Amino acid sequence: MNRKVVIQVKNLVARYGDDIILDRISFDVYEGEIFAVLGGSGSGKSTLLKRLLGLHRSASGKIIIDGDDISECDEDALQQILRKIGVLYQSAALFGSMTVAENVALPILEYTDLPRESVDHLVKMKLNLVNLDGYQNYLPSEISGGMKKRAGLARAMALNPKILFFDEPSAGLDPVTSAELDKLIIHLNQSLGTTMVIITHELESIFAVANRVIMLHKSTRGIIADGDPKYLRDQSRNPFVKQFFNRLPGDNTLTNGKDGF
Amino acid sequence: MDAATAAETITGIKSILQPPLPPALTVDLEKVTYLDDFGVLVLVELKNLVAGQKSRLYLKNADKRVKEILSILKYDALGEPAAFTRKSHPNMFIRLGEGALGQAADLNFIFSFIGSVCLSLIHVCLHPRSLRSDDTFLSMKKVGVDALPIVGLISFLLGLIMAFMSSVQLQQFGANIYVASLVSLSMVRELGPIMTAIIVAGRSGSAFAAEIGTMKISDEVDALFTMGFDPTRFLVVPKIIASVITVPILTLFSDLFAILGGLVVGVFMLDLTANAYIAQTLKTLTLFDVFSGFIKAAVFALLIAGIGCLRGFQVRGGAAEVGQATTSAVVSSIFLIILADAGFAVILRYWG
Repeated sequence: MNRKVVIQVKNLVARYGDDIILDRISFDVYEGEIFAVLGGSGSGKSTLLKRLLGLHRSASGKIIIDGDDISECDEDALQQILRKIGVLYQSAALFGSMTVAENVALPILEYTDLPRESVDHLVKMKLNLVNLDGYQNYLPSEISGGMKKRAGLARAMALNPKILFFDEPSAGLDPVTSAELDKLIIHLNQSLGTTMVIITHELESIFAVANRVIMLHKSTRGIIADGDPKYLRDQSRNPFVKQFFNRLPGDNTLTNGKDGF
Repeated sequence: MDAATAAETITGIKSILQPPLPPALTVDLEKVTYLDDFGVLVLVELKNLVAGQKSRLYLKNADKRVKEILSILKYDALGEPAAFTRKSHPNMFIRLGEGALGQAADLNFIFSFIGSVCLSLIHVCLHPRSLRSDDTFLSMKKVGVDALPIVGLISFLLGLIMAFMSSVQLQQFGANIYVASLVSLSMVRELGPIMTAIIVAGRSGSAFAAEIGTMKISDEVDALFTMGFDPTRFLVVPKIIASVITVPILTLFSDLFAILGGLVVGVFMLDLTANAYIAQTLKTLTLFDVFSGFIKAAVFALLIAGIGCLRGFQVRGGAAEVGQATTSAVVSSIFLIILADAGFAVILRYWG
């Protein structure tokens, strides 16, 4: 492939105490693609996200984001790298004491020297982008779950990051709202060219948005499949991958056993 | 057979089936039309009871639906007594070791927290514009202005009580005027800062812990970090600065209200004139007393805000932990306030 690699993970090991959650996993994410990390509960998806964002340091291995290694750099350098990243958290993580507009304006005010009025315009533009125009002065507790996610997305995109991370974007949303969010993700990806990494287990959303997926599984503590989700659904030989994509109930030996494969 | 009747049936069967039992018992399920897990429970209890008497239980005439229920619930495997055993506790040494390691990790966290607070405070001193002034003013209002009525009321009553109690003794010597000295000196030097700090710990220390703890469990602290904000600088520094500024001022108010309380008792019960009372108060107090109370209050404020925020950041997991953090914030800050006050007592004894 001749596309540029934006995120490169090499032999990443993640552990909590003595429990190894991820064992030597490696993958690349290319510029401009929508990349999904899948896996059942407890497969280490959230752990992987926390390592990618530098919230936890990994035991060993390299995570290179846009040319900089975040597994070795110090706090200040990490902060520089994080400027290129936007994150939409599962609960949207809007600050409850601030209005929607103040939430979106927060990173803009901190990192740019724009005059106050331009910031307001920019915030309005960002909110237009996620169809939340008119909700500037609402508090997060006054808007619905889907709106919170969109406001969170507007905040994540405030500084036009190169990479957007989504932690379970459709969690807690009804199918219609969730489909709208998927559409928004695709739209933003196509119009802005932002690389997107989505952590999810929502099948519909995976088929709708993801160009490429990797699948984690707790039995191997690593990646058991990668590629186009539709191809994996139809062609994969791995029994767990088949189960996952075709939504079949798990056989106990496969989902619980350590020696499933 | 369902949840309502199962308990009755089990006790009924147990009282009927007294030993000795025949070597084999058969339960005829022919007339059973409906069976759920409570029904199966009755059968299992029966089976265990019978097995205890070295006898065996047979089921017959179970229809298809009943058989299906039995197989879903794994009736055949349920025979072993007390299928539900709790996870056994590791022995004393393992628990001791785990406890020690947990404490060490906590200590580690506390030291890195103190370090990061110090660094953030230095950063803010060097770059005053990086202080979030809106948040600081809001905290000042919450910690200081909003606490004024309760601090004033409690201090007023405290002054009243102190004057009243001491007057009973001092009146015997005709030393009524010294009530003013007693109230003002004890309040300004000791009780003013302590009472204010304890009220602030209960009002604001707990609020800090709950606020940060809730932000922690809803990913907001992580969001701050990934947006490039230092959570300590963003959340802790405004609270510490607001507390350190407002608590000494609150203490001053507390002193004033207590003296006012004493004055009320002096004027209405001890036949002192207000002028004499105030003159005696001014004669007793030195600027050093007021100043030492001020410093004490500032140190207490630092402890309260620091502990409140620390407990908030220590929250992991769910809502119950936020409650725990809140309790712990109040308890630890009151303990530290008293400890620090003891330290001040020793220092001021030799210095003042």
